[in-house]
Amino acid sequence: MFHWLEQRPFFFAVFVFIFVSFAGIIEVIPDFAKQSRPTVGTKPYTVLELAGRNVYIKDSCNACHSQLIRPFKAETDRYGMYSLSGEYAYDRPFLWGSKRTGPDLHRVGNYRSTDWHENHMLEPSSVVPGSIMPAYPHMFNNIADLDSAYAEALTVKKVFNTPYDEDLNGDGQIDVKLGDYDSAIAAAKKEAEAIAADMKNQKVKDAVANGQVPEIVALIAYLNSLK
Amino acid sequence: MQNGARIEYDYSVAKAFTFATILFGIIGMTIGVILAFQLAFPSLNNLAGEYGTFSRLRPLHTNGVAFGFTLSGIFATWYYVGQRVLKVSLKESPFLMTIAKLHFVLYFVTILLAVVTLFMGLTTSKEYAELEWPLDILVVLWWVLWGVSIFGLIGIRRERTLYISVWYYIASFIAIAMLYLFNNMEVPTYFVSGGIGSWIHSVSMYSGTNDALVQWWYGHNAVAFVFTVPIIAMIYYFLPKESGQNVYSYKLSILAFWGLLFVYLWAGGHHLIYSTVPDWMQTMGSVMSVVLILPSWGSAINMLLTMKGEWQQLQTNTLIKFMVLASTFYMLSTIEGPIQSIKSVNAIAHFTDWIPGHVHDGVLGWVVFMVMAALYHMAPRMYGREIYSKSLMDTQFWLQTTGIVLYFTSMWIAGITQGMMWRAYDEYGSLVYSFIDTVTVLHPYYTIRAVGGLLYLIGFFMFAYNMYKTATSGRILDKEPVNASPVAA
Repeated sequence: MFHWLEQRPFFFAVFVFIFVSFAGIIEVIPDFAKQSRPTVGTKPYTVLELAGRNVYIKDSCNACHSQLIRPFKAETDRYGMYSLSGEYAYDRPFLWGSKRTGPDLHRVGNYRSTDWHENHMLEPSSVVPGSIMPAYPHMFNNIADLDSAYAEALTVKKVFNTPYDEDLNGDGQIDVKLGDYDSAIAAAKKEAEAIAADMKNQKVKDAVANGQVPEIVALIAYLNSLK
Repeated sequence: MQNGARIEYDYSVAKAFTFATILFGIIGMTIGVILAFQLAFPSLNNLAGEYGTFSRLRPLHTNGVAFGFTLSGIFATWYYVGQRVLKVSLKESPFLMTIAKLHFVLYFVTILLAVVTLFMGLTTSKEYAELEWPLDILVVLWWVLWGVSIFGLIGIRRERTLYISVWYYIASFIAIAMLYLFNNMEVPTYFVSGGIGSWIHSVSMYSGTNDALVQWWYGHNAVAFVFTVPIIAMIYYFLPKESGQNVYSYKLSILAFWGLLFVYLWAGGHHLIYSTVPDWMQTMGSVMSVVLILPSWGSAINMLLTMKGEWQQLQTNTLIKFMVLASTFYMLSTIEGPIQSIKSVNAIAHFTDWIPGHVHDGVLGWVVFMVMAALYHMAPRMYGREIYSKSLMDTQFWLQTTGIVLYFTSMWIAGITQGMMWRAYDEYGSLVYSFIDTVTVLHPYYTIRAVGGLLYLIGFFMFAYNMYKTATSGRILDKEPVNASPVAA
């Protein structure tokens, strides 16, 4: 049979395709619907948090930090409750990471504060002596891209029915408001003011007061949301 | 062309890709060494502002080596091996020649754009699929061109039967096409939102656990069909050519080929053990990873047995040393991977430095060694000149071998140390170490790894120099070198 096949490139290619397709069909596809169902209480990211998430991605924080707590006592003791599938329902892309050069961050919002993050990004070894993390001073100068974050929120709302502007738990209140461009950007800036109030860097405070959101503020908003 | 007349093969595209292989090899590996030193000496992180941090450079390193160096090497060997085993010259078809040249140009431009965009921090964050959607489209374009080149050359072939190397190139082409398309499904936000924000920004089609599942189905098999399958294509052609021996077993090569294709794709699940994907998938990934030993070792043993009765060539021919060492490292890496996929081992190994250790004994020992051996074999035939310095080649071999050993041994120790420290409890049931303790303890191993990487890089510069001198000032050969062992003759 192989003598026949190795003289017929077309059928050969078809056979190769069939052989490599099996795993995807059997392993990847079946659980698609189930795995994307959100856990109760899981909410979509606000525009500011999304902007911060994009800063996290831009500087590849996921190269060294995981966001996946495995169901081991050593991990739940260290980081908190192990991760559940539904908690990631609004994560596009997922940010589990593959290497822990630094600690896991899936619930970092539970045990680190705004000013801790501020010091940490400016000079990691000032809060964690011996840290090998690079400093990220440029995050205090670069302005976060709120427009792209809004575009992203609007896209996932339209294309994937991510529940922005919806009452998720039936208490008559909208959980995460997106609204139109102007109100969404205004809301993000207001959120940024609350975070900047807890920071000590005067340049950052001034920028926020002038209606500009430095990357560090957005990033902290995102990190604080990880609970 | 008259039957029986000599075919004039055209190596212009193979030469262009050879140049790209060496160029991207230097860039990718140099960045790798910088990263290794940054982990050992963190103050090196902020020498170039935001563009020099570990996190910004890391995707550049992986993309540079995987898709810059290795893919160039695969294409270089394809444009050399393809013509020879199909007994047809690119010169005979102006159409295919144009396709091949376009393939090179588009590919080269894409990699350069990839370097620029990754430096800027434009990334989708999915490992080995970091490029944003406009670059993905470019990738698809030249991938299709490569397909046209493969099937075009096959279409006008004179050799009826496809040699086994061609099987592997075809498999690589088809599988990567499928994996890349599905994993890179993303929605550009600029167009859906009606022109708000950056036009290059996109959002993944899949979310959370599903995204992870698709990503590691892709991520692990990018390893399979970039770092394994096409490299086997190379060794199946170059080892018999260089040693003058026939491939040991035809049946074993068939079994190993179809076995590898069927089993490899399932193994992606082993990246998600103890994650939130369903348990049966994790188990499946684990089991299939262990089964994968069979086809992997099938190829490797087939290669090593090809040298049966001719082992003395290890003393006389440095290229045989390169290829035998490559096969040996392939065996090491394909037993190490399955061991790491066993759930209890994975619990310790996952997220630690043992994983980069595993990747690098495979890539440095198997992939880069085999690609360099292939290019060394091709050089005298492409440029009509003898290899410039055999002793330099030999020095390079030993230097790089030392580098690999330092690299993987230090990372094994580092990884297992780290994994054990994370889970250590004292007699009162509290965690013994804070996270930072598990970082600072690794400093000596990070230093050893950086030195190992540096040795390897120096060896690669020797390779680049030797190739350059061979192309420009090696002794001119009046006819192509032919190797035939007494057994084959």
